[in-house]
Amino acid sequence: MPFDPILAEIRFGTGLSPLTGPPQSVAAMLRALRGTDHVARRVRLPLYSLVRPSLNDQRMASLARNAARGTDGLAAAQAALTALQREVREVQGRNLALTMARWAATGDGLRERLVGFWADHFTVIARNGGMAHMVTPFVEEVIRPRILGKFADLLWQVARHPLMQFYLDQRSSVGPQSQIGSRRDTGLNENYARELLELHTLGVDAPYDQTDVRQLAELLTGLTLRQDRSVFDPRLAEPGTETVLGETYGPDPSEAAIREVLGDLARHPATARHLARKLAVHFVSDRPPERLVADLADAYLGADGDLGALTGALLEHEDAWVPERAKVRLPFEFIAAGFRALGVGPDWFEALTLADTRRAIETPLRIMGQPFEHPPGPDGWAQEAASWIIPQGMAARINWAMTAPAKVVDALPDPRDFVVAALGPEAPEAVRFAAGAAESVGEGIGLVLASAAFQRR
Amino acid sequence: MQRRDFLIGGALAGCSLAASPLVTPIALASAPWDTRLVVIVLRGGLDGLDLVRPYGDAALAGLRPTLIDPATVGELDLDGFFAAHPAVAPLMPLWDAGDLGFYHAVSTPYRDKRSHFDGQDILEAGVAGIEGLASRDGWLNRLLQAVPGVSMETAFAIGREQMLILSGAAAASRWSPEARLALSPQTRRLLELVQHDDPPFRDASLAAIEIAEQIAQGEGEAGGQADMMTGEVFRGDHATVARFAAARLREETRIVSFSLGGFDSHADQQRGLPRALTALTETLLTLKAGLGDVWDRTAVLCVTEFGRTAQENGTRGTDHGTGGVMIHAGGAVRGGRVMGDWPGLRQSDLYDGRDLMPLRDLRAPAGWMMRGLFGVSTGIIERAVFPGVDLGADPGLLR
Repeated sequence: MPFDPILAEIRFGTGLSPLTGPPQSVAAMLRALRGTDHVARRVRLPLYSLVRPSLNDQRMASLARNAARGTDGLAAAQAALTALQREVREVQGRNLALTMARWAATGDGLRERLVGFWADHFTVIARNGGMAHMVTPFVEEVIRPRILGKFADLLWQVARHPLMQFYLDQRSSVGPQSQIGSRRDTGLNENYARELLELHTLGVDAPYDQTDVRQLAELLTGLTLRQDRSVFDPRLAEPGTETVLGETYGPDPSEAAIREVLGDLARHPATARHLARKLAVHFVSDRPPERLVADLADAYLGADGDLGALTGALLEHEDAWVPERAKVRLPFEFIAAGFRALGVGPDWFEALTLADTRRAIETPLRIMGQPFEHPPGPDGWAQEAASWIIPQGMAARINWAMTAPAKVVDALPDPRDFVVAALGPEAPEAVRFAAGAAESVGEGIGLVLASAAFQRR
Repeated sequence: MQRRDFLIGGALAGCSLAASPLVTPIALASAPWDTRLVVIVLRGGLDGLDLVRPYGDAALAGLRPTLIDPATVGELDLDGFFAAHPAVAPLMPLWDAGDLGFYHAVSTPYRDKRSHFDGQDILEAGVAGIEGLASRDGWLNRLLQAVPGVSMETAFAIGREQMLILSGAAAASRWSPEARLALSPQTRRLLELVQHDDPPFRDASLAAIEIAEQIAQGEGEAGGQADMMTGEVFRGDHATVARFAAARLREETRIVSFSLGGFDSHADQQRGLPRALTALTETLLTLKAGLGDVWDRTAVLCVTEFGRTAQENGTRGTDHGTGGVMIHAGGAVRGGRVMGDWPGLRQSDLYDGRDLMPLRDLRAPAGWMMRGLFGVSTGIIERAVFPGVDLGADPGLLR
């Protein structure tokens, strides 16, 4: 089967762009992916370990404000706290604008797609306002450098990360028989252990049971946070051995035992199938061919849980290149592809104020049903087309298509040219006709962006 | 456009539509009951002690030195013991007509952590605690699963945020009042053309256009009614939501849920809370005006994730608490009463020494209301809708 650059950019990238041409071969795609991360150099996002204000900055400001109650210093202390809270919102707004900028401007769209895929796989949601600006930096520091590495390593880096520990309560899980658990009224929290098996590794249909969840939760005790940093605290760790999926760990609790179980879970055949299916569902079809899933799982297992091998196997599989575009662009992908087709460069995004970002990106995403970094739960965004092709979402997409482009570019392109820019030379005849028959340039552009052809990938 | 247009025969190869609520065959049937239910989630933790003030309790004045003025607290007297917050004065005609009532000292089963995030999840999931959240569906959706003849039109979640309360396996629609859509006839025709060969997109687009047009029409009509009945047409998102809700409920929709925010009154409560209570008031009045004679068959239930501390804090506000108040309204309810036992406000009466003591799981009166409105058995309510709830005696919230 000859390589189809248009399909490659639409299915595996972030959409066609007049600024960067589509990839010319699978080898070129993989080469780009393994090469320099150009767009991350051009469009900078903060790393988690460097992002400010930190939780501690906010805590200190809050304490200072409380201490200042009833004194002359209250107004200044309150202003300092309020300024930090405003900075959190500013950083979060920039995170959204610049993430969108990367999607719009990249010459290596597959990288953004994979980062998005694994960030969704390891969904973390900021449970308090002071962490709202930290999700993107988590993705930048933990996910982005590891999309082609060993899954076991990614799993461990996520497991110990403060955002995941906050989100799924690992930081407050205490072994009932541990030094601290036997004295205080605290106990085991199974939340993370359960999602680790159900969502991050084996998958819900895999052969594990409540005993495995409980044993894994006990094995994970000790993994917690001190001063917002990940530590292993033996005083919280459940003593004795634990058995997960028939493998015994211990008897001495340790970080090494946790890494061992995560490694075993990462290399489990059920995990291979779960990840393979999920990747195929994301890129190819809500019901991917079993052959594709099996081949991807084999590639993953054969390479000792290597995500680069998994990605390569997907791109090299003929089932991944079926011409039917069965998948629907999620709202973020849709808006990004729209900006991209319009040729909007990084400068435009970098100049956005917080209010601009909300108007141009955040609010439309929310109305379309995908508020930025706020999926409904730890299972991330629904992938099925049926979840997104609903009247409200469609109204929001059509409205965006008709009204946003004129606010984004100074001079709208000729809709008859835009059809080709957005959909390629094989654009459907009906869309070509509509673009030419529209009453205005804006409506012509809008019809192209609102078309089913543009919303599928 | 007819609902049957949603029945989609062919689909693109490889595209799964089996899970789509739009292609559920029962989408042709309309719900077999005629009563209407509106559930409003009051986000942020409504201070029940400020909305329905127990001014007959000697301890209140000491707990609320700046929030309540003893000289005027009785002006909106309800029953000699409770008085309403002045911001809801426009609702007093409803109270007098028996179309508005309160249930005091209730809460969800959620205790102690007092987190909005968890509290709202538990409120909307209708479960007994955090561990019940695993299924990630809402109690209104499980109610829908228990009744026959449910279509996409039967239940609507309205608003910006996703409503857990209506999420789940049963078909339900969602709409945001922000989702505006105004297309010229030519653009509409061309849009139909570009979607024509892709049935899911074609049908969703047509439905979007249809709903948007109904909203535009409904706003005109409902606005006119509000004008006649109250002399006022309210503005803002909440009024738009209420008008849309009323317009749907006058058609095939039977259940609507949406939320109102602004109840998290940590500081300067008497500046912030009246705004939220005014939005609530206008919402109820807009619903009544928009529903017309359907109001007589409608029950509105307003619930919040928790009440607030009995003692006001150092910034003329209140912090996250436990027991609070539930509001029921509509022509179908038996109002004009403040329901519930009164736990008292002395230090020893309070939950954890700080919050109004909840004496009843709010799921119990809500469950009885569902039984009365939709004929769902108490067994289904106790097992499926509100798992583990102790329904107790029927409080008789309906006429």
